Amino acid sequence: MAPLRTIEARDRGVLVPARISVPTFADGGELRRFVYALGGVDAVGVQGRVATLGTRSLKRATKTAAIDLAISMVDLTTLEGADTPGRVSSLCAKAMRPDPRDPSVPSAAAVCVYPDLVAHARHVLGDSSVAVASVATAFPSGRASLDVKLLDVRDALAAGADEIDMVIDRGAFLAGRWSQVFDEIAAVKATCGAVHLKVILETGELVTYDNVKRASWLAMLAGADFIKTSTGKVGVNATLPVALVMLEAARDFAEQTGRLVGVKVAGGVRTTKDALKYLVVVNETTGATWMTSQYFRFGASSLLNDLLMQRLTQRTGAYVRPDEFSGD
Amino acid sequence: MSERLDVKKTYKLIINGAFPRSESGRSYPVATAGGDFLANVAQGSRKDVRDAVVAARAAQAKWWGASAYLRGQVLYRWAEMAESRRSELADHVGLAEGLKKKDAQLSVARAIDRIVWYAGWTDKVTQVLGGANPVAGPFFNFSLPVPSGVIGVVAHQESSLEGFVESVAAPICVGNAVVALASEHRPSPAVILTEMTATSDFPGGVLNVVTGVTAELAGHLVAHEDVDGVDLTGAGESSDDLARRAAGSIKRVYRPRPHDEENPLRRLRTFVETSTVWHTIGQ
Repeated sequence: MAPLRTIEARDRGVLVPARISVPTFADGGELRRFVYALGGVDAVGVQGRVATLGTRSLKRATKTAAIDLAISMVDLTTLEGADTPGRVSSLCAKAMRPDPRDPSVPSAAAVCVYPDLVAHARHVLGDSSVAVASVATAFPSGRASLDVKLLDVRDALAAGADEIDMVIDRGAFLAGRWSQVFDEIAAVKATCGAVHLKVILETGELVTYDNVKRASWLAMLAGADFIKTSTGKVGVNATLPVALVMLEAARDFAEQTGRLVGVKVAGGVRTTKDALKYLVVVNETTGATWMTSQYFRFGASSLLNDLLMQRLTQRTGAYVRPDEFSGD
Repeated sequence: MSERLDVKKTYKLIINGAFPRSESGRSYPVATAGGDFLANVAQGSRKDVRDAVVAARAAQAKWWGASAYLRGQVLYRWAEMAESRRSELADHVGLAEGLKKKDAQLSVARAIDRIVWYAGWTDKVTQVLGGANPVAGPFFNFSLPVPSGVIGVVAHQESSLEGFVESVAAPICVGNAVVALASEHRPSPAVILTEMTATSDFPGGVLNVVTGVTAELAGHLVAHEDVDGVDLTGAGESSDDLARRAAGSIKRVYRPRPHDEENPLRRLRTFVETSTVWHTIGQ
């Protein structure tokens, strides 16, 4: 039996093997049997759990700390057809100094843009701590051949992306071609090398929690550094129950393999209240190790302003005007 | 046959055209002037005030975007709705303020007439408070009154209906949206009257009413940076302090003065800004 390490004292009993060993599979059948053997998700239990965690009250000191933590976890995102270099510039400026009047506000974790704007974002961010994340692999639908997807990834990498957000082929996953999904993720990870790979499951299209759990495991087994809920481009985006299922998958995966995989929730998180609920769920599911931008992220645009407004409200005691902070 | 149980009404908040209980889950009993139990009323919290301000901000553009004539029609319809529920309003005004039935009826009639009066002002404010300015050049120069935006009202504590109408109808009439704190101990007439906005074609959120402890809520309302003006009629001794807090974000502040009744347009004037427009003189 390999020795176990507790990854941090405050963690809630998450015991992780000291040596990383991720299982490999000889063929698709073996992969399928492994994933099926993980079992399903108790949907009612998951919903009940997040409903309970969502009502937890946070005292002021905790809330203040959590708001700063949430700001540091934001991937400030603009993924519009109408994106311009100017818009990306202001987004980068905002990511580096979210509140220009207050240097104590932490930077955001990253800016997330389309591949063609990566070079520009890289240039504007310079040597700041803010990373450039790029969506790739025929975002948001993922409907292109593997060659095209890999070219998309190489393009973003060549332009200087620090992180790649890929989408899985939901059509293949739902049709049961899991090994195809697995192989694609593995191929993208091989192309990325040391660059962080986030795998977007698009949980709004996966229909069931069981599927979310399976897709999470597929992605982690194939080499994902992060699993991400959504593109933000479909009707159903990140929800608390889905985040819980994914966090439980990340926790179980860590306990089984020794490798820590991050979780990113994207789309639909707009208010500080929502963000704090997610942080409670993270802390209660995976423990304090995941409570950093290394292992948990919010993909968002409007959330940052709400966090800044609440931060100011906590300090001044007065509610803040929404136009106190810049739009992009 | 068993005796029928009374259906007791709990008076709830009115935010964004909906009737929520307080976010805090609290309620408090209010008594008649004689000290008997009158009703249970939702006890709003600062978060209800915050939600109401968000609703008012969203509604204000739509309300001001409507034509002055339509705003007048809507206000008049509010008066029509109140007219058909005069007896209910009079019962509550009488119980809350300790008035004789006849005096309560008169008070309600004055309140309704006041709404009609303000309904008439919607399409006259521009002519009276605005104007054409003489300039040295081939231009027209107009001063136009535009609404301040979101107005916070600390409503009259004693005059449960008339005082409330005076404080909310004036800013609404000129195109503002209002978040009002009803009289702490006499809230029911204001709540009943505001319920009627739901059937008067007001966009939801133009008039929001939060009931509760004035001392607890007023500070959060007047300090809210997204509120553009405050009416401190019912603030009592805390009026100076609240006015100072309102000054923190440079708001319009209305405070009652002696002989206000001789200057009925002061509220209208307080809650409009003057926008100046230049236009070339054509051929």
